[in-house]
Amino acid sequence: MQPIAIRDVTLIYDTPGGKVPGVKNVSIDIDASEFLCIVGPSGCGKSTLLNIIAGFLTPASGEIRIGGKAVTGHGMDRGVVFQDFAQLFPWRTALGNVSFGLEMKGVPKPERDKIAREQLRLVKLEKFTGSFPHHLSGGMQQRVAIARALAYNPSVLLMDEPFAALDALTRDDMQRLLADVWRETRKTVIYVTHNVAEAVYLADRVIVMSPHPGTVKAEMKIDLPRPRDPLSVEFVECQKELLRHLGHDVNASDTAKPANGKSNSQGG
Amino acid sequence: MTDNRQNLRSAVRAAITLTLAAAAYEALARSGYFAPALLPTLANVARALFASLADGSMIVHAAFTLYRVLFGFCLAVVVGIPLGILMARFQRVEHFFLPLVSALMPIPSFALVPLFMLWFGIGNLTTVLIVFYAATFPMVFNTWSGVRSVNPLWLRAAGAMGADEQKLFWKVIIPGASPFIITGMRQAFLRAWIAVVGAEMIAASDWGLGWVIFDAKEFLNTDTMLAALIVIGCIGFLFERLVFGSVEKATVQRWGMTRAAKG
Repeated sequence: MQPIAIRDVTLIYDTPGGKVPGVKNVSIDIDASEFLCIVGPSGCGKSTLLNIIAGFLTPASGEIRIGGKAVTGHGMDRGVVFQDFAQLFPWRTALGNVSFGLEMKGVPKPERDKIAREQLRLVKLEKFTGSFPHHLSGGMQQRVAIARALAYNPSVLLMDEPFAALDALTRDDMQRLLADVWRETRKTVIYVTHNVAEAVYLADRVIVMSPHPGTVKAEMKIDLPRPRDPLSVEFVECQKELLRHLGHDVNASDTAKPANGKSNSQGG
Repeated sequence: MTDNRQNLRSAVRAAITLTLAAAAYEALARSGYFAPALLPTLANVARALFASLADGSMIVHAAFTLYRVLFGFCLAVVVGIPLGILMARFQRVEHFFLPLVSALMPIPSFALVPLFMLWFGIGNLTTVLIVFYAATFPMVFNTWSGVRSVNPLWLRAAGAMGADEQKLFWKVIIPGASPFIITGMRQAFLRAWIAVVGAEMIAASDWGLGWVIFDAKEFLNTDTMLAALIVIGCIGFLFERLVFGSVEKATVQRWGMTRAAKG
């Protein structure tokens, strides 16, 4: 619901082996309510970029504006979902986890319980409000994490491979659910993944990043009507195109490989 | 239901072990190998125990000991938890206190009793301070480890949701470190319980379970000594199982942060 402007963002990691650029001169504009996926092989700086947007890392140069306001540190205009299931607080029930942000905001208890319940209904977990995280499956825990990130109504949702640790069937369900949630809430979403099918299923636009240093290599609009059918010809065509964007890099750095589409993996 | 059955089973197993141990003792006591005055039969020990319970003296002794141990233990918790947290959060505090903790922790509290006696006299003050000394270090050490092992993802998530330092402390760090803090309290209590009996032997007058044992030695009242030992064991066991066991069940075990052992 807020546009995001990423301008010339560079971040350098100080490692024992010297200074290594994590991301270099990245500029991206994201519309309000746009669903943007960032894909790329491991080490391309996609998670680093997300962490900069979240405010966990401070860039060496460049700036990020959300709704015109410059980002300094983390703020409640952004909700964050991580890959690791352990992101939930084990000592709080699903409801307690989801209402945490509202509690920090100082929302009185009856109201925050009401909002948290609504959020849990949105991710179809209304029956598990009183459950502790360790009693929930991985997919359910990630749904709680999404509800938790949405509960205090941030305008932007940042997601770092939230479904990467789930089994394939659960992941399909979760993608469908997330598409529904996005349609209902109209958040601006930045979603990091290395899964091409996932990106094509979810995104309005995909940014392809390449490593060493992490830079934006290509971008691709996905104009398929929603809800999308992963088995349709158009969907598969989109996947192929995205793979070409990713694969080009593999061929450029390794010329010995034949330049046909088959050798292209999903890029890590 | 299965929970109840398991409880019953473990109680039966414990009873079997204890009965066997008691039978072995009784056989030794009746063998005539030792003088009966040195190794009284269980019947005599039981008689001494019930007599001292009936006239209330053992209860008053136990109350004194409990008062000292709980006083010292609470002091240790009040000092140990904040100190452990500060050490884990601020490097300067850690640099200052860690050598002190490492140097003082291995000194047996019992070795300090004569010194404390000279400084603080005979009575409650010395025994409480000895308990405090014994219990503080496990408290500090475990809290320190616990805070350092709090999952950084929780801190990130909480920060992203707008938690300030104070909220982070109460709502994330303390519960996040709770498995270690509870373990620290358990260890602290056990060390405190051991320390109080030792301290009372030398530095208490007239009351306390440790004093009972030491005093009974003068009159060769081995049955009274064993009766006091039984009381000491029972109270320690009750605290360990009932108090700390239920705290653990109601918190970290319920949250899935630690699990009960299998099988």
